[in-house]
Amino acid sequence: MNKTELIDALKEIAKPYIQDEEAFQHVTEATNFIDDLKINSANLVDIVLDVEDKFDILIEDDEMERMLTVKGAMDIIISKMDV
Amino acid sequence: MNKRVVITGLGVVAPNGVGLENFERAIKAGQSGIEYFETLKEMKFSCCIGGIPEVSEELKLAYLTPLQLRNFTSSGILYACMAGIDAWKDAGLTFAEEEPFWDSGCIFGAGISGVEKMREATYKLDSGKVKRLGSTTVMQTMASGVSAYLGGIIGLGNQVTTNSSACATGTEAILLAYERIQAGKAIRMIAGSSSEHGPYIWGGFDAMRVMTYKHSETPTKGSRPMSATASGFVPGCGGGALILETLESALARNAKIYAEILGGAVNSGGQRIGGTMTAPNSVSVQRCIKAAIHNAGIQAEDIDLINGHLTATVKDPVEIQNWVTALGRQGKDFPYIHSLKSMIGHCLSAAGAIESVAAVLGLKNNFIFPSINCDDLHPEIAELIAKDRIPDQIIDTDKVDIVAKASFGFGDVNSCLIFKKIAI
Repeated sequence: MNKTELIDALKEIAKPYIQDEEAFQHVTEATNFIDDLKINSANLVDIVLDVEDKFDILIEDDEMERMLTVKGAMDIIISKMDV
Repeated sequence: MNKRVVITGLGVVAPNGVGLENFERAIKAGQSGIEYFETLKEMKFSCCIGGIPEVSEELKLAYLTPLQLRNFTSSGILYACMAGIDAWKDAGLTFAEEEPFWDSGCIFGAGISGVEKMREATYKLDSGKVKRLGSTTVMQTMASGVSAYLGGIIGLGNQVTTNSSACATGTEAILLAYERIQAGKAIRMIAGSSSEHGPYIWGGFDAMRVMTYKHSETPTKGSRPMSATASGFVPGCGGGALILETLESALARNAKIYAEILGGAVNSGGQRIGGTMTAPNSVSVQRCIKAAIHNAGIQAEDIDLINGHLTATVKDPVEIQNWVTALGRQGKDFPYIHSLKSMIGHCLSAAGAIESVAAVLGLKNNFIFPSINCDDLHPEIAELIAKDRIPDQIIDTDKVDIVAKASFGFGDVNSCLIFKKIAI
């Protein structure tokens, strides 16, 4: 899976939770889930669960703390998939 | 001086009608909402009939957002939101934009919230998957979920809380909201209650053998309050909501007024002198009714109609005896009396609220809904009151001025409300 595909996959996962449609149309690696997409912080745990399901990986608490941006999420996913 | 409190909005989700219009049509026609459920049979329930409101996925989206409905399984919260939002809009009110409505609050009762969600969570927890619970388990299973969802959707800034007193919950919620407004602590309150549906709620009652097992073939005949062949209650569920506000505020904004709440009372029998966890003691029931009458500033003879608790168990004759004793009225002198449970079953924690909505609708629109399935009146009841006091057909009348609504719940708790046709 290349970077564009990965971003698209993350967008698909984030879609039900976003509250800023405009920002969602322009997602980049720098996009912050809470600040930019206005996702309720409580829903971040749901996104983590959806990421786990989608990529068949397990995400630890300290890793979750680094998943605040699209880039952060991508890094974690890529590192897990390499293993 | 205490504020006068009126009802300016109603909302209801009942087994025989979702939404005010459907519900009113159904109760006027004596239409049952009770059905047979194969799933209950498969789960080996003795009682395989019940009442569940018909709510489509599309209808849910008129009340909750797709995000709110994601992994959402709490039927009690759904019914609360539907009834509460309907009532709020029926009262001609809108949702808060940025600033909450500081003078508007909510007392919305529940027996339990999110039992399906809790079941799902339990399986995950027991297999070591605590993190898989996601973010919505707490909000859907906290008892106050019903009021918390409503408060957030509408933007309520006054007290937002949930009461719980078994089958007396809804009636108590209305009284609590009434008292808060009367005391000047709020101008407007959503009051009501809801109950979840399904086997995980009803199972415990089935195990207690308090539900009828005789009507799998004849579900609409199953709920038989005051009948000689009453054989246990039929479980129901749903939600009911009333908007209570000061008469002052209702008049100032030219709101439609359904009825006035004159007063009411709650008490407990302390599980003494015959009362138990599951049965009310008659002394406390009579005291509660008398206290409500006194609080409302009326006389027993002023009551034109009783909207009873009357669940279709062997205790119905005892309830009638308690009304007879408390009011000092019997035979032909007894008020009209009916039980909405004959059509929708016993909606448990939602019962008091849904039944109050029915009571207020009747007052406003000049009808007494029929009490069905009572063609064979219980002989002990026939000795106490004249048979024509129990309408088996709708009575169209504007002569009903005052309705008493009572509910009795597990824990030996009682509540009674007095509604009056509005006269300004």
